Amino acid sequence: MQFKYNKYAVKDLLKGFGSHAVLILVSITCLFPLAWMFCSSFKTQQTIFRDMSLIPKEFHWENFAIAWTRGGFGVYFLNSVFYTVAVISGLIVIASLAAYAFSRLEFRGKGIIYSTFLAAMMIPIPGAFVALYILLIKLGLVNTRLGYILPQISIGLSLAIYILKTFFDEIPKEIEDAAMVDGCSTIGIWWHIVLPLAKPAIAVIAIFNTLAVWNEYILAMIILQDKAKMPLQRGLMIFQGAHFTEYSLLMAGITITVIPIIIVYLFMQRYIIQGIAAGVAKG
Amino acid sequence: MISGCSGKPAQVMSSNEIVVWHWLSDRSDAFDALARKYKIETGINIRFELYTPISVYTAKVRASAQANKLPDIYGVPSLERKDFASLIDAGHVTDITPLMEENNAAWKNSFFKGGLIMNTFPEGNQYGVKPGTYGVPIDINNIQLIYNLSLLKKAGWTAPQPPSTWPEFLALGDMLKKAGIPGMVSGWGEPWMIHCFADNMAWNIMGKDKVLATIKGEVPYTDPDWVKVFALFKEMKDHGLLSEGIVTMVNKEAEQTFANERAAIAFNGSWGVNVYDSMNPGLKYAVAMPPKVNPSRPMYIWVGTTSFIVNDRSPLKQDAVKFLQWLTDRNQQTVLATEMSNIPSAKACVDVLEGPIMDFVAGMENVVHPRLLPVEEFPLVTEVFDKGIQSIIIGEATPETVARSVQDMKEREIKRAERFKAIKANK
Amino acid sequence: MILKLPVSLKKIKPGYIFVLPAVIMLALFYIYPFLKVLQLGFYEWDGISTKTVFVGLSQFQDIIFSDRVWWQSMWHAAYITILALVFQNGLALLLAMLVDRGLKYGNIYRVIFFLPPVLSGIVVGLIWNWIFNGNYGLLNHWLSNIGLGNLSRSWLSDPKTALTCVAIIHMWKGFGWAFLILLAGLQNIPRTLYEAARIDGASAWDVFRKVTVPLMIPVFVLVMVLTVLGTMQIYDIIVSTTNGGPGYHTEVPVSRIIARMLYSSQFGYACAMSLVFGVVLVILSVAQMKISQRLKQT
Repeated sequence: MQFKYNKYAVKDLLKGFGSHAVLILVSITCLFPLAWMFCSSFKTQQTIFRDMSLIPKEFHWENFAIAWTRGGFGVYFLNSVFYTVAVISGLIVIASLAAYAFSRLEFRGKGIIYSTFLAAMMIPIPGAFVALYILLIKLGLVNTRLGYILPQISIGLSLAIYILKTFFDEIPKEIEDAAMVDGCSTIGIWWHIVLPLAKPAIAVIAIFNTLAVWNEYILAMIILQDKAKMPLQRGLMIFQGAHFTEYSLLMAGITITVIPIIIVYLFMQRYIIQGIAAGVAKG
Repeated sequence: MISGCSGKPAQVMSSNEIVVWHWLSDRSDAFDALARKYKIETGINIRFELYTPISVYTAKVRASAQANKLPDIYGVPSLERKDFASLIDAGHVTDITPLMEENNAAWKNSFFKGGLIMNTFPEGNQYGVKPGTYGVPIDINNIQLIYNLSLLKKAGWTAPQPPSTWPEFLALGDMLKKAGIPGMVSGWGEPWMIHCFADNMAWNIMGKDKVLATIKGEVPYTDPDWVKVFALFKEMKDHGLLSEGIVTMVNKEAEQTFANERAAIAFNGSWGVNVYDSMNPGLKYAVAMPPKVNPSRPMYIWVGTTSFIVNDRSPLKQDAVKFLQWLTDRNQQTVLATEMSNIPSAKACVDVLEGPIMDFVAGMENVVHPRLLPVEEFPLVTEVFDKGIQSIIIGEATPETVARSVQDMKEREIKRAERFKAIKANK
Repeated sequence: MILKLPVSLKKIKPGYIFVLPAVIMLALFYIYPFLKVLQLGFYEWDGISTKTVFVGLSQFQDIIFSDRVWWQSMWHAAYITILALVFQNGLALLLAMLVDRGLKYGNIYRVIFFLPPVLSGIVVGLIWNWIFNGNYGLLNHWLSNIGLGNLSRSWLSDPKTALTCVAIIHMWKGFGWAFLILLAGLQNIPRTLYEAARIDGASAWDVFRKVTVPLMIPVFVLVMVLTVLGTMQIYDIIVSTTNGGPGYHTEVPVSRIIARMLYSSQFGYACAMSLVFGVVLVILSVAQMKISQRLKQT
């Protein structure tokens, strides 16, 4: 008995140490590019590729201010926030309604419609931008915010439906049956019961799509024309000429755009980890 | 703090505003300033809209062309002749030949010849486009070899000039190899740049007529002269003239490597002067044409331009052309030239430039481009050609096998073109 | 609260109303462009001209039977996908399990591992080009520091290593997602099950095999499907590092499609390629789902 305990104690110690070693090693590879990018923001066009050390010899704090003004970040920032919120809210509402229907409601053609959504997720169509552009013109949506938001909702739709349906399938039916007995309508169940329970799935979808919308620029360039409607990425493009790239300003600009994402992620990941355990316990 | 954005609501295009699309981020501010100047001089509103990077800009132009929503003026990055012809055919391009020829061709003669090559369709061109000029060049560049003089000296190169013959070039390579100094860097991960070098050599080795005959299908790519062209790359590799990793380099990476003195030679365009000077003001370099392989023929280099096209469907096309004439006028060209040290397309303003860029200007006499020829090679054949050279450089293929594979693709494409012609004829 | 609906609406099954917005979006922004692309696959078109030539199935035939480079590119993408399924997801699972145990500072790791996906393609390209550079790259530098200098090479230009290096970059960028989803799945497993198993004397491997794996199957399937779909469509990394080179060694399906569409003026052909690609992806995904259903039953 004594021997067993010692063996386990040493094993646990090694396991703990080993685990941390692996985790730290991987963390370094993840942090390195971010650190390099951040430090490069302080360098200049001349030193950025010559001074290879992480800590810059001089700190050019003004790069951030210059990047902000020249990049026109003020307006673009607000636009990106607006687009992100709009796309995520629209996506979650539309996808969860559909996912709930696929998961819980019965209607003819359900299987086919669901399969179509799945197929849409699997068949990418590069080259769709021409048809999309013409469609938006016909709908009168070209160069409008709505015209920029709707396609992005559509892009994230299939995956969101898939994730939510899988999630809804796992929710015990008893909760809903109880609610129905209480006299709750279908949409009431959706809004009051199922959606709150799906917080982790919603958080995952929110993060996926926030990143996609935040980094989006191709559709913005094609669909939008007014500078006042452009998202953040448009600001970054200023620093990348066809031939001439202003690297340190670009790095400063990218740093500025990355910070909000990290904040959103910090906020969201707690929901993902919370798990359904809490929800089930309450029910 | 917020620059320039007045937050205007979405507006209907006012009838007095000319819209110009472009992708040139580095000249965006200069363009806006010129637009304001034009408004003061003529009362006409000009609005420049920037869409970058180039790949996205091209996609936008294509999508808009389909929907007939192109603006009054739009820039074109190096457009495939075929696409340019299609744009003209679809009615998106104004024929400006009459205006070029006006007043004893005053406007036409104000440009460097090379700038017009890219925008003109010659007699007997394969696309059936009416010969003439369809675009206005606003700047011009050419591609040559650039040598880091300090590194050359370090390797033991004592002559005051860079190599001008092929044997000298190889000898320099041997010196670099011995001294452990990396050789040439260039954006050869981008196939067109490899093609540029190969094309320059081809014109020198066999002359314009044979190159044209090959494209027409009359001479095969397995011809010894072409094998010689392919073999040059192997020679360069063997003699230490090529840097490690050149076959997957993007041009920006090559520029940054050369600017930071990590390579002795660069094959780059005149726009590189800006990059080098901004990254390393102390860099000592010299510009030279690629060395001749065939001493009895001239050496040629490629020209490139940035051009603007006037949309033939625009209700404002008369005013648009006038604006472009103003833009390419001496005063405005001087502004653009001093802003970013690009070579202006207008010959007259060259006097404002100084420094190594003048070497590039001198090269304007010998510029060519495949677009000068009435017939262009199939893009797929060019792709196999360029990728084949990459294979030679990494030692995966021999000049002979590459020549064979290019010729095979050529024959396939010829058959395909005939098949489509037959289908078209039967409709 | 019962909503008062007009009689006619009440007759419509709620299912249809719930899916209506999604169906409208799908129809407009996916099905319509898809049909256009499908149609163009049958025409030769350069993308600009107003004339198109109907060529029937010949473009599809060319792609399936004669386009060697296309299938090479497909194999390249498959190679990266296999590596990703094994190494990227294996690592992600390992890390997720380590963090799931309630390790100290687990929260910090969760954030750090998600940083690679957040980074823009430009930064990723610059950094990894620097690491893999043949002349002054970090990898060669470190190798010579630990005495393995003879392994130095130009990683992204050497046909033997280029594709694998691209795969490494892709896996580095992607494991954060897999980690996140797997962690979420692991956290959903009630701790009580673990305790019960341990009380019963099960070893760590048994716990993994009998408790973790069965409960995680839906999550594994999700991660697998997403990995396959995402990796087969790899493009941005290729563009910022090797551009499909050297030669055709790192070409992937999407880079071929874009090349044909924008640079070889064969828009119709590119559309046909998109469709063939889509069919391959559907077959792969359906196969995965069928296999996992069968596994679920055992």
